[in-house]
Amino acid sequence: MSTLQVRVWRGGPEGGDFQSYRVPRRASQSVLDVVTHIQRMLDPSLAYRFACRVGMCGSCAMTVNGVARWTCRTHVDQVCADGRLELAPLANLPVVRDLVTDMSEFFDKWARARGRFKGRHGRHDDFERVAPDSAARKQVDAAIECIGCAVCYSSCDVVAWNPQYLGPAALNRAWTLQRDVRDAAQAERLRAVAGDAGCHACHTHLSCTERCPKHISPTTGIAGLKRDALAAALKGKL
Amino acid sequence: MSARREALLWGAQRASAALLALCVVVHLATMIYAAHAGLSAAQILARTRGNLVWLGFYSIFLLAAVVHVPIGLRAVLSEWLGWRGASRDAVLAAFAAALAWLGARAILGVFL
Repeated sequence: MSTLQVRVWRGGPEGGDFQSYRVPRRASQSVLDVVTHIQRMLDPSLAYRFACRVGMCGSCAMTVNGVARWTCRTHVDQVCADGRLELAPLANLPVVRDLVTDMSEFFDKWARARGRFKGRHGRHDDFERVAPDSAARKQVDAAIECIGCAVCYSSCDVVAWNPQYLGPAALNRAWTLQRDVRDAAQAERLRAVAGDAGCHACHTHLSCTERCPKHISPTTGIAGLKRDALAAALKGKL
Repeated sequence: MSARREALLWGAQRASAALLALCVVVHLATMIYAAHAGLSAAQILARTRGNLVWLGFYSIFLLAAVVHVPIGLRAVLSEWLGWRGASRDAVLAAFAAALAWLGARAILGVFL
């Protein structure tokens, strides 16, 4: 059985360094399997985060060989040609300990982007009919499967340059609500996501779109928000 | 900075970029033609002096540059130097005015 040389970042908010481990190479081994082996067999003090292990919960994202990835669905074969792995916490987020980052700011930005649905009907009203093949619903469908893993946020240069920037995931969420015909807070949301810390800060580098494990294109949604904001501004409604 | 102003600046930058794309192509083609045809300065001036078409074209080119460049610099100053607010915008407005003045001098220099 061959062996993987794994360097894992260990430390906390004040700093840290990489530690090396040797992990047995196995068939169909995910990066999360490697981290779990280290924690259970080699060093129980290692902190990392995971839950579902099947690509649904978005909690196991880390930086793998310099690239943010979901580790439960990333096979070692995909990222490790020479038997070496380097694992670090996600970039652009404060480290709690080892591979665990503090996601508070990431999700606070969803709230700042008004990422919450606001209906206009009460419980006694009839259901709203939304045609699945309508243009707006198709745009929502293309962006709705976000699992909140923060891979896009961690990969975004603009977040690194401008810490106030809401980031791809929050803006993508806002976009899905801007195209939801049932939502009643679209004018307010557009004001929240336009501007220097919002969609206009995006440089269309496409890192978020390239790295998103769910193959969502936040860049497309952000471009849509920019167009919506311009149209509203020209009508004096922004 | 209001969301409205930010959205309008974004629109102005995109519109000016579309104009610049066209103007740069025409400008480069003109330069290549002038160089390959071996035109002297006097021959070039003979074509541009009093020519309202070239005056109009380069005025549009200048206007697009005057709109586009300061908005782009604004983002660079914000992200690289963390410089935001009224002082940055005042300096950029002065920069835009200087760009307009220098460009207008160049255009009038070959028109008059």
